[in-house]
Amino acid sequence: MGNKYLIFLGCAIPYRVSSFEISSRKVLAKLGVELVEMPEFNCCGLPLDPVSHETMLILAAKNLALAEQQGLNILTLCPGCAGTLKKVNKILKQDKALKEQINSHLKEAGLEFKGTIETKHLLQLLKEDVGLEKIKASVIKPLTDLKVAEHNGCHILRPKEIIGFDDPEDPQTLKALIEATGATCLDYIDETECCGAPSVGVSDKVALALARDKLNHVKQVDAQALITICPFCHIMYDTNELRIEKMFNETYGIPILHYPQLLGLAMGLTPEELAFNELRVNASKILKQLTQGANKQ
Amino acid sequence: MTEAAATPTQSKDQPIKASELDPKFKYELVKMHGSEKILKCFQCGTCTSDCPVARYSDTYRPRTLIHMAQLGLKDRVLNSDTLWLCAACFTCTDRCPQDVEVASVIRVFRNLAAEKGCFPQVFKDQAASLLESGYAYKIPELRIKKRESQGLPPLPKGNPENVRKTLKGVKFIEKIQKPAGEQQSGQ
Ligand code: SF4
Ligand code: SF4
Repeated sequence: MGNKYLIFLGCAIPYRVSSFEISSRKVLAKLGVELVEMPEFNCCGLPLDPVSHETMLILAAKNLALAEQQGLNILTLCPGCAGTLKKVNKILKQDKALKEQINSHLKEAGLEFKGTIETKHLLQLLKEDVGLEKIKASVIKPLTDLKVAEHNGCHILRPKEIIGFDDPEDPQTLKALIEATGATCLDYIDETECCGAPSVGVSDKVALALARDKLNHVKQVDAQALITICPFCHIMYDTNELRIEKMFNETYGIPILHYPQLLGLAMGLTPEELAFNELRVNASKILKQLTQGANKQ
Repeated sequence: MTEAAATPTQSKDQPIKASELDPKFKYELVKMHGSEKILKCFQCGTCTSDCPVARYSDTYRPRTLIHMAQLGLKDRVLNSDTLWLCAACFTCTDRCPQDVEVASVIRVFRNLAAEKGCFPQVFKDQAASLLESGYAYKIPELRIKKRESQGLPPLPKGNPENVRKTLKGVKFIEKIQKPAGEQQSGQ
């Protein structure tokens, strides 16, 4: 299947985070990864799992069956979608009775889950299929002098048994990919802590407390930006940073960038091409620093 | 969220009456997908001490919920508002020394609560959007149109008819499709 993937967008990205999609597509094109659009898809199922596991299984299996018809592996930008599609693929392949039960639902739409394809998240694809060397070679404007912190989020790492490509207690992939751009990736306390997004709407107090803690830890090490790879983590920080600043009388001024935005800058793409204008927390300070740095070189 | 949850008799600090206990609850759970290993929990507390939500919530304690279920306090568990605080981060699942798959057990509790009609509104909204558009969030027309000017390909079809067809016979979906009056939910 080579470097050709079916792109599975999920709901959150087209709903609110197009900057992630725009920057990912630009960067993947530069790296020679070919994306094929899915003719049809629906929600991966994860949002409904808390209320109905069966609904989640059917929705995920339906998407997998649609992708199987195309004979291509899936690439997702959302770790929630990736984790769900991976998990359902795995359990349905192991549990024949469950597979039959789910297939009896899919049959209503003329579909059948067979278990012939795999799903990867952007991060896993960059690590395993493109590789660090090729990414380093694509960098024409190294982001030297830029010091950032990473936030992996939960679903790209856990549960380990399903995701498995990185160590959830001390993840290395995103760090290595950040350093490939020439930027420094700083360590900080509780790096793998949840962003709190899933608790929004149930308890904003808990959600914002988690986000505030994270921003405090990132600020303590003087990171100039926080790098995410999940639409929900991005929404959580980018949308709430100003709110948390007001609520708790804090100042952060830490822009939240999608990893492909960072990589894109290092590849020489412009902030406009990478949809920096869609960010709520202004990133002009680091962009200015990078242009001045480049002019000096 | 639910009326039942607001009544003081549901609080975990209230004395337990023998009549409240459902001694078979744990065996029901053992048969369900996700909570098969609940009896292996030896109450070490790793899940609660490592849970990011428990750190900021005065009430959410995964270990306690599992203990209550083992004791047979079915109604208290399923009516508990705190159930819905879990962020599904899977830290507990990865760290439980007994491999209980704690996050999946919590998910089973939630599914059972939802079957009784006890669940936060946000899930009803997402399910409604799913049945209507195929996506869990209603993506505004403007966003869909804007894709072209952003240089993005058109958004693939959600095919809601097929979504509805494949979800036929799913208990939760049938429940939310009933007119409001017929639901026993205490929203
Ligand atoms: S970590 Fe596992 S064994 Fe320990 S209390 Fe939690 S569920 Fe029980
Ligand atoms: S999955 Fe839920 S219970 Fe487990 S650690 Fe995360 S928030 Fe806590």
